[in-house]
Amino acid sequence: MSYLELRKVSKSYGDGAGEVQAIQDVDLSVARGALVAVMGPSGSGKSTLLTIAGSLEEPTAGDVLIDGANLSAMSRNDKARLRRRTIGYVFQDFNLLAGLTAAENVSLPLELDGVSAKKAHMAGMTALEGLGLADRATHYPDELSGGERQRVAIARAVVGERSLLLADEPSGALDSTNGDAVMRMILTACRRGVAAVVVTHDAQLASWADRVVFLRDGRVVDQTLPPPSPEALLQESSGPSPYR
Amino acid sequence: MSVRHALLALLSDGPKYGLQLRQEFETSTGEIWPLNVGQVYTTLQRLERDGLVESDDAEEPGPQKGFRITDSGGKELKVWLSTPSDMTSPPRDELVIKVLSAMRVPGVSVHDVIQVHRRYLVELMQQWTRLKEDEADFDLSFALVADAELFRLDSVVRWLDTADGRLKRAAIEPAVARTGPVLRRRLVAR
Repeated sequence: MSYLELRKVSKSYGDGAGEVQAIQDVDLSVARGALVAVMGPSGSGKSTLLTIAGSLEEPTAGDVLIDGANLSAMSRNDKARLRRRTIGYVFQDFNLLAGLTAAENVSLPLELDGVSAKKAHMAGMTALEGLGLADRATHYPDELSGGERQRVAIARAVVGERSLLLADEPSGALDSTNGDAVMRMILTACRRGVAAVVVTHDAQLASWADRVVFLRDGRVVDQTLPPPSPEALLQESSGPSPYR
Repeated sequence: MSVRHALLALLSDGPKYGLQLRQEFETSTGEIWPLNVGQVYTTLQRLERDGLVESDDAEEPGPQKGFRITDSGGKELKVWLSTPSDMTSPPRDELVIKVLSAMRVPGVSVHDVIQVHRRYLVELMQQWTRLKEDEADFDLSFALVADAELFRLDSVVRWLDTADGRLKRAAIEPAVARTGPVLRRRLVAR
């Protein structure tokens, strides 16, 4: 069953001759435990799709459902609560608050939601430990490497009971090894039951996903087929390879 | 791929039998490239003929015949390792030719041709990434091979993305007719 569902979602900016269609008739379905990558070039509508899925923007047409609840039927307060409790966001530039330690950054969404400081801190530490960052908890963002900052951002996105993770080019300017580490963490969160959408132009990041959806000019044009077993790659008859 | 030099490299840490060389070749390449035992013996015979390896005796190659690298073989191996592979001439890549051809065939969308290949490549990359995650912690050689394959496939996807964008822009702004002399560039193999 879908946890996140976009039905015929469109978004346009401006009007008349200046109207720009960012995304058009997009259908997307993500089950709990699944990692879906949305791949497309700059300007294909990837980020718009993500902000609409995360209720940060309203679609011009179509419906967004999270755990069966239609966002268009929700009040502003309900949506704000959904963003605080259910959805975790990861952005390219981490968006950590410079004046807070790693642990404080991670527990902040819970505190904003009314969770006691002590409980929020414990949940934050659990999330940091899960990502191998317990020993960095008292460090400030400028004392962390780029890879560590992004891991803190992921910890913040999955802290507490968050069940929908939305990531926009999450490896940013990180090198390939750190990019792999970021995707491994997102995949680990998915295996615990989180539904995740990663938008990227990077095929190496997208290749971590269970399914890759291709976006072009605001429309979904294609998606990958369910994968055969990895062992198929190593069999003689698995298709063209320059090495055989 | 040079089986010849890979065998020299395996012999550089001590004498070995043919079957042993085959097993070590497959292990050292992450078991990605299967090697026929006949190919091992044929290559060893040629290496011996060229004075790069020597064998225990004059018998026909067989499971009990050992091989060791000669001084000439050691020098040949060092030269091979430190000489860049020839990449001066663009390979006649079938995918590049397909995309160039698709531009000329009426009724064919070059963007669709690009997308079919993009999806295929990303699906292959998904399989390599899974394999790497399953195996890389246990097998360094395999991790290196998987990385190489992921970067190779990724570079093709990037080329497709660039071609897609270039074709899209060209459809909006057709190229201006050239008025100056045509400059032909040829890459000459060293």
